[in-house]
Amino acid sequence: MLEGRDLSIAFGGVRAVAGVNLRVERGELAGLIGPNGAGKTTLLRLLTGVLAPDSGSVRFEGRDVTQMPIHRRAQLGFVLTHQIVRPFRDMTVLDNVMVAAATQVTLRPWRALVSVDTRPARLRAQALLARLGIADAADKPARSVPLGYLKRMQVARALALEPRLLMLDEPLAGLNYTEAARFADLIAQLNAEGITIVLVEHNLGEVTRIARRLLVLHNGAVLAEGVPRDVMARHDVRDAYLGADQDAVAHA
Amino acid sequence: MDYYLSVATFAALNVILALGLNLISGFCGQVSLGHAAFYGLGAYGAALCSVAGLPMGLSVAVGMMVAGAFGILTGFAALRVREDFLAIVTMGVGFLFLGAVRKQAWLGAEMGIAKIPSPLDKWGYAMLAIGGAVALLLLSLHVRRSWMGRAFGAVAQDEDAARSIGIDVSGYKIAAFFIGTAAAGLAGGIYAHMTQLIVPDAFNFVQSVTILAMVVVGGIGSTLGVVAGAVLLTLMPEMFRFINDYKLLVYGGLLLAVMRFSPEGLAGLVHRWTGRRLA
Repeated sequence: MLEGRDLSIAFGGVRAVAGVNLRVERGELAGLIGPNGAGKTTLLRLLTGVLAPDSGSVRFEGRDVTQMPIHRRAQLGFVLTHQIVRPFRDMTVLDNVMVAAATQVTLRPWRALVSVDTRPARLRAQALLARLGIADAADKPARSVPLGYLKRMQVARALALEPRLLMLDEPLAGLNYTEAARFADLIAQLNAEGITIVLVEHNLGEVTRIARRLLVLHNGAVLAEGVPRDVMARHDVRDAYLGADQDAVAHA
Repeated sequence: MDYYLSVATFAALNVILALGLNLISGFCGQVSLGHAAFYGLGAYGAALCSVAGLPMGLSVAVGMMVAGAFGILTGFAALRVREDFLAIVTMGVGFLFLGAVRKQAWLGAEMGIAKIPSPLDKWGYAMLAIGGAVALLLLSLHVRRSWMGRAFGAVAQDEDAARSIGIDVSGYKIAAFFIGTAAAGLAGGIYAHMTQLIVPDAFNFVQSVTILAMVVVGGIGSTLGVVAGAVLLTLMPEMFRFINDYKLLVYGGLLLAVMRFSPEGLAGLVHRWTGRRLA
């Protein structure tokens, strides 16, 4: 469904992502992990088009989208959520989701100018808020609701685009233990309903619990790939997380 | 009577200018410090056509299109730079316009364009300007209600988030610049025919700041607030002549006071006192 070929980008002298190849199959829930500075977020930005790669290409459902702007990718069903929640702060929670639910109408500015009917978008947005359990905050301004709500709102906004591939950048960051577990369950459930999901996450406990395949990134390259249990058992993966010196210390 | 008519006409022209800028800055969140340039482009475009023998209606329409076309070009600049830098770029557009016009013999250089045909009487221009202001008022209220207004809001508040939910940020910015600058062109076309004489200085930086002050004093983003701001700032120099001599000082002070005490302008005060939000 998604294929990144030989993706590279350098910032100054730093090769943040160096020749990464990856494939995401339809219907899977893949976790992208790696220690801080491994290049996870950069890779995600290359895949979603926030950054243009120095070399390599991105294909979504067989078509080359390397040069395609973000909003066009989103319209195709290739949607990302940001690491830091980015609500439209002065809009209500409901309005935030409504704008996303109306992409067919807002596709062309001139068509948007002559469209005033908000009912279909409102109904869909309300259903999504109910589905994510945040209907009670619908009419509150986004700037005044807590982070847990905003995280859910962000997913509601992404779902309003009817994504086929959802890329979540650290959706569990900032949530407490129970919230994170519940949110992870929600992600697994969305996947079970047919949305392909790529998850960049630091919370290894949750990601190994729900992902069926892990991809470990280290120093801008793919270090390991496979079933979570096998991947996490590998020495090189542990070294990458803990620092290679740990072993040296242990052996000394 | 003539005096009141001309004050009313100028108030209406200012409402058109301020509402146009409000579409760009208030609705779509794009700063512009060079709005007078588009007022001037409309005036020069219309004046040239009229002097060449075109009927007034057509000339004004051409002026609008000229202003709108340059507005689209400026919109492209807004795709590359944001906020402070966009403010500088649009200010630059204003100076570029002045600098260019002053040196062009075919645009009359410093002397401007004189003897522009004037087919209407004072009443005619007043009605035309007020009609234009009402049309733009209705358009603004409609845009706010439409999906375009909601998309503008998303672009204004967070461009990146807007992109990630499938909104064509570039398209909306350019649309906002086109509508807002074409409106300024309309005001320019009416102004040129009414005064029959236009000079570059009528469209200078002070004029840009004046339009901005109307928007900010009225309440950036609030259509009714901006209308009130435009009318108020048109009447103020008429009532107190000394303001005219210290225009930039007074408007600068007014801008500071609004930023400090009521960032949402008159609309914000109404909201605070009555609990009701102005459209």
